[in-house]
Amino acid sequence: MIHVSTTVNGDAHEFLCDPRETLLDALRDRLELTGAKEGCGTGDCGACTVLLDGRPVCSCLVLAAEAKGREVGTVEGIADGEDLHPLQRKFIEHAALQCGICTPGILVAAKALLERNPDPNETEVRYWLAGNLCRCTGYDKIIRAVLDAAGEMREAT
Amino acid sequence: MMKPVAFEYVRPETLAEAVTALDHDDARIIAGGQSLLPMMNFRLVQPERLVDINRITELERIERTKTGLRIGALTRHANAARDPLLAEHFPIVAEAMGHVAHVAIRNRGTVAGSLCHADPSAEWPLLVTLLDGEIEILGSDGHRSAEPSEFFLAPLVTDIEEQELVTGVHLPLPAGPSGMAFEEVAQRAGDFAVVAAGAMVRVENDTFAEVRLGLGGVFDTSVRARALEGALTGQRARAEELEAALPLAIEDLEPNDDLHASADYRLSLVPVLARRALIRALHRATQ
Ligand SMILES: Cc1cc2nc3c(=O)[nH]c(=O)nc-3n(C[C@H](O)[C@H](O)[C@H](O)COP(=O)(O)OP(=O)(O)OC[C@H]3O[C@@H](n4cnc5c(N)ncnc54)[C@H](O)[C@@H]3O)c2cc1C
Ligand code: FES
Ligand code: FES
Repeated sequence: MIHVSTTVNGDAHEFLCDPRETLLDALRDRLELTGAKEGCGTGDCGACTVLLDGRPVCSCLVLAAEAKGREVGTVEGIADGEDLHPLQRKFIEHAALQCGICTPGILVAAKALLERNPDPNETEVRYWLAGNLCRCTGYDKIIRAVLDAAGEMREAT
Repeated sequence: MMKPVAFEYVRPETLAEAVTALDHDDARIIAGGQSLLPMMNFRLVQPERLVDINRITELERIERTKTGLRIGALTRHANAARDPLLAEHFPIVAEAMGHVAHVAIRNRGTVAGSLCHADPSAEWPLLVTLLDGEIEILGSDGHRSAEPSEFFLAPLVTDIEEQELVTGVHLPLPAGPSGMAFEEVAQRAGDFAVVAAGAMVRVENDTFAEVRLGLGGVFDTSVRARALEGALTGQRARAEELEAALPLAIEDLEPNDDLHASADYRLSLVPVLARRALIRALHRATQ
């Protein structure tokens, strides 16, 4: 077993893991953060997207051992206590989710986009989220929710 | 859930430690893990030991050398895409990175991982082939370097020996002002290319001082269209000359049929993409 100490959503965590465990496994099974989902295990679907040192990665393709000393961000860290993040509110308003499997990954990826580019156009949102597959919504509502949230966040600052 | 076969995990902090850690019958390097982990999940490869080189920070640098740029093995695709030195001397790199997978994969995947994975449709092997890059290798016997034609042997097969690792790739600067351009057709944005083409053009006194065309997805490895390059060098630097030489781009190519595209379709894409890349490169060279 490998000992890993890491930071998740700002909190220090320690766990023991098998070398084979991915960061996704460790988040879900060791730290009980079940927001990130496994859709494929091959980097194709984006349901497992989390931040590693601030950048979106597929946590199914990162070994848990590699998280040592790194900062991990998951969907559980997006809301401020009971207050939903504007992206989360807009996803509900626009009905940008149905089954919800893809939603945690998309929220994490979209938040990272808006931090880098507070005023993206539709094409930029679509390209940024190209690695996040959704079998339910047809994407349009997701894109509209992200653009709407971006607008609201710009007004707020 | 898919799981690889059990393995031992080691994380060297230095290059010397990495070489020592590779001294094992069945060790593999893990860099970005974006090709290796899917292959291990499918149990297509089952290494007994993984040597994680991600903490060897000296492998992350991009630096100017006397004759070119040296890109460290661990440079992530996303970092290469926004590196100012690469943007200044090889803007084609950022252009090509836009075609590599999607954001999350580009944040992890590395230059050397891509070269060592050696997918015949991948962007980095094509760039290094086009730009006459030299692949720098470290083993228990010390350093050596390999040209693309020596390094890429077959799909997913390279000249890397056991107990060796790639430390970086050196890209020599073109001999004078040049224009470069990258073109690709893939089934969806971010998929591996069906066919990709990279061009580099140098113009002196209104003639082509140098023309290079690299192609991916049409052979076991990335290739250069040497017949076309030779025929154009010394010709008047005009789009018509480029057009006239296009049939030479498919000379000797024998692509395979596979799930993604037929050989005929790939062959028909070559002149289209070659034309776009060469003409844009010519415009940039003469701006
Ligand atoms: C969904 C998806 C889409 C993708 N689309 C594309 C695409 O469009 N174009 C493209 O080019 N790639 C694509 N890739 C692959 C991606 O670019 C990988 O990052 C790359 O192929 C491998 O780089 P890596 O650093 O992740 O290497 P790893 O997966 O860690 O390693 C790959 C291989 O190289 C070896 N290796 C790694 N580093 C070294 C080194 N320094 N010395 C010696 N051996 C080494 C490993 O042992 C292994 O055999 C895609 C991947 C995914 C998951
Ligand atoms: S589960 Fe990681 S990309 Fe699908
Ligand atoms: S809401 Fe079901 S996959 Fe996106």
